[in-house]
Amino acid sequence: MDSELRISLHAWMVLTRTFDDAMVNLWKQGRGLGGTFSERGHEAISVGAGMALGPDDVVAPMHRDLGTYLLRGMSPERIFGNLLGKATGPSRGRDANLHGMGDLSLGIIGYVSHIPQALPTTLGAAMAFRYRGEPRVAMTFVGDGGTCAGGFHETLNMAALYRAPFVLVIENNQYAYSTPLEQEMAVTDLASRAASYGLATERVDGNDVEAVYRAVSAAVDRARRGDGPSAIEAVTMRMLGHAIHDGAEYVPRELLEEWEGRDPIERHRRALMADGVVTAEDLDRMQRVARERITEAIAAAEAAPFPDPSTVTEGVYA
Amino acid sequence: MSTTARELTYLEAIAEALAFEMDRDERVLVMGEDVGGSFGGAFKVTKGLAERFGDRRVMNTPIAELGFVGMANGMALMGLRPVVEVQFADFISTAFDSIVQFAATNHYRWGGAIPWVIRAPSDGGIRSGPFHSQNPEAWFVHTPGLKVVAPATPADAKGLLISAIRDDNPVIFFEAKPLYRSVRGPVPPGEHLVPIGRARIAREGSDVTVVTYGTQVHEALRAAQRLAPDGIAVEVLDLRTLKPLDSQAVLDSVAKTGRVLIVHAANRTAGVGAEVAALVAEEGFEWLDAPIVRLGGLDTPIPFSPPLEDAYRPDASKIEAALRKLAAF
Repeated sequence: MDSELRISLHAWMVLTRTFDDAMVNLWKQGRGLGGTFSERGHEAISVGAGMALGPDDVVAPMHRDLGTYLLRGMSPERIFGNLLGKATGPSRGRDANLHGMGDLSLGIIGYVSHIPQALPTTLGAAMAFRYRGEPRVAMTFVGDGGTCAGGFHETLNMAALYRAPFVLVIENNQYAYSTPLEQEMAVTDLASRAASYGLATERVDGNDVEAVYRAVSAAVDRARRGDGPSAIEAVTMRMLGHAIHDGAEYVPRELLEEWEGRDPIERHRRALMADGVVTAEDLDRMQRVARERITEAIAAAEAAPFPDPSTVTEGVYA
Repeated sequence: MSTTARELTYLEAIAEALAFEMDRDERVLVMGEDVGGSFGGAFKVTKGLAERFGDRRVMNTPIAELGFVGMANGMALMGLRPVVEVQFADFISTAFDSIVQFAATNHYRWGGAIPWVIRAPSDGGIRSGPFHSQNPEAWFVHTPGLKVVAPATPADAKGLLISAIRDDNPVIFFEAKPLYRSVRGPVPPGEHLVPIGRARIAREGSDVTVVTYGTQVHEALRAAQRLAPDGIAVEVLDLRTLKPLDSQAVLDSVAKTGRVLIVHAANRTAGVGAEVAALVAEEGFEWLDAPIVRLGGLDTPIPFSPPLEDAYRPDASKIEAALRKLAAF
């Protein structure tokens, strides 16, 4: 993998983590609005997978995929605007936290809380590309929890049946809210669920950004060639609660400590240093740039106007 | 283009609308269970389309309504205009999330338009039991972001389906399946649009109004015919679109007659009739000479056996009795 790409992957993860940390702090200070979701620990997945797409591809990220939104070009100001219910967010105050952040000009489809809904919608996008003979790919994400819902199974069956240019990234973060994997399903090998429908599958270390990038890139290439859909299971750990209010006391501390040692950003930083791709100074600068960017974004979002209540009925219909 | 109407069945009118739109717009495709190939769907509405337009545009789907309606959401977001057949309106419940959570909210939430049509063969009276007879329109009329149409005549079926396909919003198109082959009427050839959101006076009258839609329009017309010799002039208002409701047409008719009977085959409680009754009570109270009356299906699952189903459903005789009582109030 060339150095420029490795550095870019790292920079997006740093920006994502910086955003995430700042968001969590904002909420702890009582400056947030409603609930929100941290993606701490998932940065290698949202960045590695997002980076594998081309500019004309589309993606339906979920609430642990902040990095994908950022690298598709959604600005931190707009995302904070959405989090704070401002008129400047992509949902113009109509949808909460990371929900409803669709923007087709960036190739982003906004998600709904019924997470598996993103699967058939994304398959539909892929089918539209196939219908028109366009060399485009549609990708989405689902958690381990979402793989238990009917929409997951219906979609994978059809994706394989139609050999759609569709890529699914399964973020196996061990917990569906408070329920651990082994209490969700008897077969905990999530990739095998997709394989049983006829998708190409691969299981990767979800805390290794380069491994995620390589696996998803291969899947995207396969889809673009017309060789059918894939599902990549990326194994990781949800490092904070389900949402901001959730202390996740139900997760054994030893498990979190074990995964803290596999932190995707720290691991990648060490690898880049060891390979002489970056210097400590480069990394400091990267972190500083990210912090400034996020500080500006929060200031802009906090200063941005709320939506005008007289517009509340606008947009129900196209 | 010729405007000479020929007589078509309700089913032929729908098939003609599909073919017409597929012919003029490459973005339009048809999908659903058993709709493709030479089979052409459980009711044969799509028969011949696959031969004419190919499998790419007439897609068979597995039995997975949640999935294939969700797939239509994504196709529509990417600029296609899918027309989805759910084989029976009863099965639409399995696609509920894809309709009410995703499609209905999407444009409001982030501006992504979802221009699909779901064709839902609905209604009973044909001895099909609890799961092949339903009229689930109220669920969708209650949902902001959807449009809901329910034509009663072949001409309206064609004109409203074409309008629904060209509409930029998700439209649920309830086809009254008892009418498929039992009703025949004049249908303009070629381009024929009936605007969504506009009711139609199916019969003019000055004494009492029946507000209804779908199959019950024909039952109401029969009842009106029976009352005419007794000097009771019944106006039958065919709503045609249930959402957005043509409030003005309802109020205009009530202003004229002062008496209103609302009829639908769907069960009564919290049905479309409740909304029409509330509209008249709120905005037409001053014209009323009698209480608003509603006639709907009973609040039971839809029974199979003929005496039970007949007891369940409104029909011309029940409408006639209700109208006589209302006219005499």
